[in-house]
Amino acid sequence: MDNPAVRRCAYALLGVLAVLPLLATAIGDPFYLGVVTRMMIFGIAAMSLDLILGFAGLFSLGHAVYLGIGGYTVAILSHYGVTNGFMHFGAAITVSAFAAFVIGLVSLRTSGVFFLMITLAFSQMVYFLAISINAFGGDDGLEISAPSALGLDLREPLVLYYVVFATLALVLILGFRLVNSRFGMVIRAVKYNESRMIAVGFPTPRYKLTAFVISGAVCGLAGALLANQTLFVSPSLIQWVRSGELLIMVIAGGMGTLVGPVIGAILYLLLEQVLSGWTVYWPGIVGALLLVLVLVGKRGVIGFITERRRAA
Amino acid sequence: MKWLKASLFGAAASLALALPANAADKITLGLMTSLSGTQAILGVEIRDGIQLAIDQLGGKVGGLPVKLVIEDDQGKTDVARQLADKFVKSDKVDAAIGFLASNLMLAVYRPLVDAKMITISSNPGPSQIAGKDCSPYFFSTSWQGDNWAEAMGAYLQKKGVQNIYLMAPNYAAGKDVLTGFKRFYKGTIAGETYTPLTQLDFSAELSQIKATNPSAVFAFYPGGLGIQFIKQYAQAGLKDKLTLYTAYSIDQTTLPAIGDDALGMILTTSWAADLDNPTNKKFVQGFQAKYNRLPAPYAVHAYDTIMLLDSAVKAVGGKIEDKPALLAALRNAKIDSPRGEIRLNTNHFPIQTFYQAKVVKGADGKPSIKIEDVALKDYSDAYAAECPMK
Amino acid sequence: MSDEIGRLPGDPLSLVLEQSLNGLQLGVLLFLMSAGLTLVFGIMNLVNLAHGSLYMVGAYLCAWGYALTQSFLFGLIAGIGGALLVGLIIELGIFRRIYSGDHLDHVLATFGLTLVINDIARFIFGPAALFAKVPDFLGGQTSIFGLFAYPTYRLAIIIVGLLVAAGLSVLLQRTRLGMLIRAAASNRVMAGALGVNVTALYTFVFVLGAALAGLSGLMAGPILSVVPGMGDSVLILAFVVIVIGGLGSVQGAFIAAIMVGVIDTLGRSFLKPIFASFLDRSAADNAAPAVASMLIYILMAAVLFLRPQGLFPPKSR
Repeated sequence: MDNPAVRRCAYALLGVLAVLPLLATAIGDPFYLGVVTRMMIFGIAAMSLDLILGFAGLFSLGHAVYLGIGGYTVAILSHYGVTNGFMHFGAAITVSAFAAFVIGLVSLRTSGVFFLMITLAFSQMVYFLAISINAFGGDDGLEISAPSALGLDLREPLVLYYVVFATLALVLILGFRLVNSRFGMVIRAVKYNESRMIAVGFPTPRYKLTAFVISGAVCGLAGALLANQTLFVSPSLIQWVRSGELLIMVIAGGMGTLVGPVIGAILYLLLEQVLSGWTVYWPGIVGALLLVLVLVGKRGVIGFITERRRAA
Repeated sequence: MKWLKASLFGAAASLALALPANAADKITLGLMTSLSGTQAILGVEIRDGIQLAIDQLGGKVGGLPVKLVIEDDQGKTDVARQLADKFVKSDKVDAAIGFLASNLMLAVYRPLVDAKMITISSNPGPSQIAGKDCSPYFFSTSWQGDNWAEAMGAYLQKKGVQNIYLMAPNYAAGKDVLTGFKRFYKGTIAGETYTPLTQLDFSAELSQIKATNPSAVFAFYPGGLGIQFIKQYAQAGLKDKLTLYTAYSIDQTTLPAIGDDALGMILTTSWAADLDNPTNKKFVQGFQAKYNRLPAPYAVHAYDTIMLLDSAVKAVGGKIEDKPALLAALRNAKIDSPRGEIRLNTNHFPIQTFYQAKVVKGADGKPSIKIEDVALKDYSDAYAAECPMK
Repeated sequence: MSDEIGRLPGDPLSLVLEQSLNGLQLGVLLFLMSAGLTLVFGIMNLVNLAHGSLYMVGAYLCAWGYALTQSFLFGLIAGIGGALLVGLIIELGIFRRIYSGDHLDHVLATFGLTLVINDIARFIFGPAALFAKVPDFLGGQTSIFGLFAYPTYRLAIIIVGLLVAAGLSVLLQRTRLGMLIRAAASNRVMAGALGVNVTALYTFVFVLGAALAGLSGLMAGPILSVVPGMGDSVLILAFVVIVIGGLGSVQGAFIAAIMVGVIDTLGRSFLKPIFASFLDRSAADNAAPAVASMLIYILMAAVLFLRPQGLFPPKSR
């Protein structure tokens, strides 16, 4: 993945996102800032899924659980009067990492479709737990009275936008460094041929678990950002359909590229909004597009772009 | 593309606001509800009720032409929040209406009322919004969430029924409903069971009921869960031995699916098609003609949202830009509802009468809902006292 | 206000028997729902998330057919036939192309398919639930050993489920066709080289799986609600069952389904009194259903942790 074409895509994307707010103010409609902010948040979540899906080859159908855990951590802290932003984000990352550690410890004993099912099972368990706990709103959800205090006013759409953008850029850059590091090489090799890696002497379970924990932590961070934007958390964040959507974002954008999933998130959310304005049958149309995507080879948008460049 | 149009309109609107305020020449309403997902059937009822009202008023509310923006929140709280922002910042609607589940209402409540947006619920009535978190900008034309259960509790208390077995799903609404029931029912309780929300098969609970041998059963199972529970209740042979009282389970969205198994069951409701008043006749006939099916109470509540706006906008003579006057007009409105004339309480929730009804064989041979008795007369809710507005 | 939760009835034996029968019938229903899924996975290594949609097709077409003609036989044919037909179409049109792909392809394609079929159902029949009733000849109650009355339809489900289990077992273990299927499952290339038409075989297995899904749907329709998306919750349950039982093993699915049905039912009946003995009442009221809803997932996680291949995996793969 040292593919220069992919890197160029990443820089281009970051460039566009950096100047987008200027465009929004020119049109005079600050609503779009919020829309793109949400797209970037899901981009971060999709990137975290790509780390384990595209690089480690682990298909998880329960990734949305970390969005929920990160979001609920912020909401619960806020509920008890803790407003410090660093505490919020720190706790969200830590709790999600811990949850990923526990879930990973159990789930990584399996692989393939079993892994898929068990990650789904854990996500369902957390979903039912969230519904049952009345103290934190249960099914009604939990309101967050104020965004995390970071010394910046996160209620201001422009401020939140750049905070999320900075996080996205940071995660992207660190992600690139991670997958091109020794650790990343091992993970990618494990995806292609785990038994060979074991034969060579690598403790592959440890590497997979580490990747899984990092992935969960980053997704939890995205959840905390989402909680700040919506100022509300509810178990609907943990429904398994959400995990399916994250999967679609990664595939549609191009898995194994890190920047692809961000593009996938943007396109998917855009599509969802446009379609739901036209018809109530928009899930069916999304399903049909997904089918087409799989049948034509799931290289995703990035695959499409980079392949054209290589040909040229 | 919708957004381009919306943003151009937004730009134009900003320009317009810069000029001295003229009388509005139309009213823009933002309808947000769940039109996809498991709750879609109710979202469709709400949308249909609102559309019918607008049609019957000739496309005008209070004399002003209506622009209706319809959005689907997909049952997701973060999408709902984004749509609330869209209504406020982009579409710049005059009122946000509709909504569906309580968690979605709670997710958009603060953003909407803090932006001083007139918000009218056609369905959800969370207790916080009726009580301590009430706002002068929020109005409800439906109910407070506990109402139908409170009515059932009152009815059973009045009838002197004792030894009741209670059942509900294990989530916030389930617990609230049973609490509401017990607010009015003071008799003995034979048992109280909460079932997992996604449970498909109730045979274990039904066997338990048989073993406990109560005098009656009150169950809260909305929508699809209700269909399953009632069918299984009848199939277990309990229907004729042990009266089943329900609230929120049997209405026109579920009755066709339950069929004759529902005959003889007793429920509470705020409206039924046989209520005898001219507005109701016009409503039912219009609904059937337009949508080829009978309406459920959810459509009535939504219809009344438009009726409320209609009466308030007329009262201010179309000058909706005069917010304080419009708010006062909404607060004091007399809604010409298929339920009869409805007024709002101090917390902006409707004061209405709740009825006990029974499922009987209709003239066409199909089961239908027939009102028999009054359960709670001119009642609003239990939380109004906590609301600081007077 | 007195309440007597957790009080056991006058005749505890009879209640335990009745709850066990409830558990058995839930288990058999779950087996019916998962048999087709495990067959398709075991033989063709295909993760079929659209299984829930085939279940829905069976339920819808039977309910529609029965309401139209008042003949349950017609409904039965419509339900199974419809699921068969839809299964055939998607096998020929879509699955043929993705057998060679990895499981991710299967998951995505069948997930997409589920969304499409759900909305087609909504488009044709509307978002409201459809009327599905128990056929008259199966209505009413039957007396079990004179101890208690049990719905006849539920007994019918048990009988149908047991027949299906027996039939599948006979098909796979004692017929030539079954032998060919198992041969193709263990080594597709070799079987093809020996002259077996593997493609046709795969189609047959998939369509059989679809018919089983449709059958379970039309049997479940009268006791559940027939709505778009009704297959989604059932799908997760079915996957849990076959993972516990061992992917690809029909006997495993049967035993696991019965286990899950009985554990879930007994859990729901007796967790609350158990909790009530050491927690206060409202805590027991809340904790019991919460734990009950997580119980089968906990069971699945435990099985995957201790014995990842499932409790009764197929003998050789």
